[in-house]
Amino acid sequence: MSETKATLLKAPFELSYKYKRSSGPIMSQVFEGLAKKKILGSKSKANKVYAPAAEYDPHTREALTELIEVGPGGIIESWSWVHQPSNHHLIQTPFAFALIKLDGADTAMLHMISDCEKSDLAIGNRVKAVWSETPTESIADIQHFILDI
Amino acid sequence: MSNDQAPKDYRESLIHLEYQYTAGSATTTFLNQVKEGRLVGQACPKCQAVYVPPRGSCPRDGIATTIEVPLTDKGCIESFTVVHIPIPGNPIVPPYVCAMVRLDKANISFLHLIQGVEIDNIRIGMRIQAVWKPKEEWTHSLENIKWFAPIDEPDIDVSTLRFQAS
Repeated sequence: MSETKATLLKAPFELSYKYKRSSGPIMSQVFEGLAKKKILGSKSKANKVYAPAAEYDPHTREALTELIEVGPGGIIESWSWVHQPSNHHLIQTPFAFALIKLDGADTAMLHMISDCEKSDLAIGNRVKAVWSETPTESIADIQHFILDI
Repeated sequence: MSNDQAPKDYRESLIHLEYQYTAGSATTTFLNQVKEGRLVGQACPKCQAVYVPPRGSCPRDGIATTIEVPLTDKGCIESFTVVHIPIPGNPIVPPYVCAMVRLDKANISFLHLIQGVEIDNIRIGMRIQAVWKPKEEWTHSLENIKWFAPIDEPDIDVSTLRFQAS
């Protein structure tokens, strides 16, 4: 009650647990595709292509089972520069988080753009995927995107 | 997916979060006392309700709980559950009992372990007392209390556990 700010107790906390999850029949194909350097999007009956892939159409609620390849190039739809990456970021030099609309897709996906200056970035600029050489069947199989001008 | 690929379908995932916890003034005061083996709650100056552990304010009246109330380490079981399923990383072997412990004079309870009694004999209203770790192991934690164990006193009247609007 009478404790001043300087004497407040503080402690570092670490919350961590592992678990196993099933990606399900649709997303499993997408993750396996990433390991083969393919980005798969979901195509709806109305020919709308969702990338990242979705299991259900968020508008019509139809189950989305048809997967088609999109990218690996696309355009920047929005971006945010990270001046000082923290420990948990996958890239340790300044980079951008960006919404990238891949070629052939109608939606944008979140990923990182690296190996560029902040001043190089603009909405509408073209980017392309840089693939990991040690695939893990995860979104990290795309290491990041680079500018493709 | 074809069946021969099915096992791959399960992916190892990891949740990891690091953060700095700041106790705040009420909890700091409380834990500093706990380190010395004392349990001190706080009372609301308006409704007189005694909160332990204190959070610094009365949720009913919305005012600071400015009155310190020293409590004993005796109380009763307000509610309990028998845990049968092991929790990964938890060293306690099931079955064991977690109880909401209501200290004497307090108006709220907190979660702790019950030991020293057959599980089938545990009941709401049972009188219990803290079993402390050796003094040299005391830290700023309610884990200074190993668990609560029954004492040879008659059960309390369960109806008195209801929150009294004063």
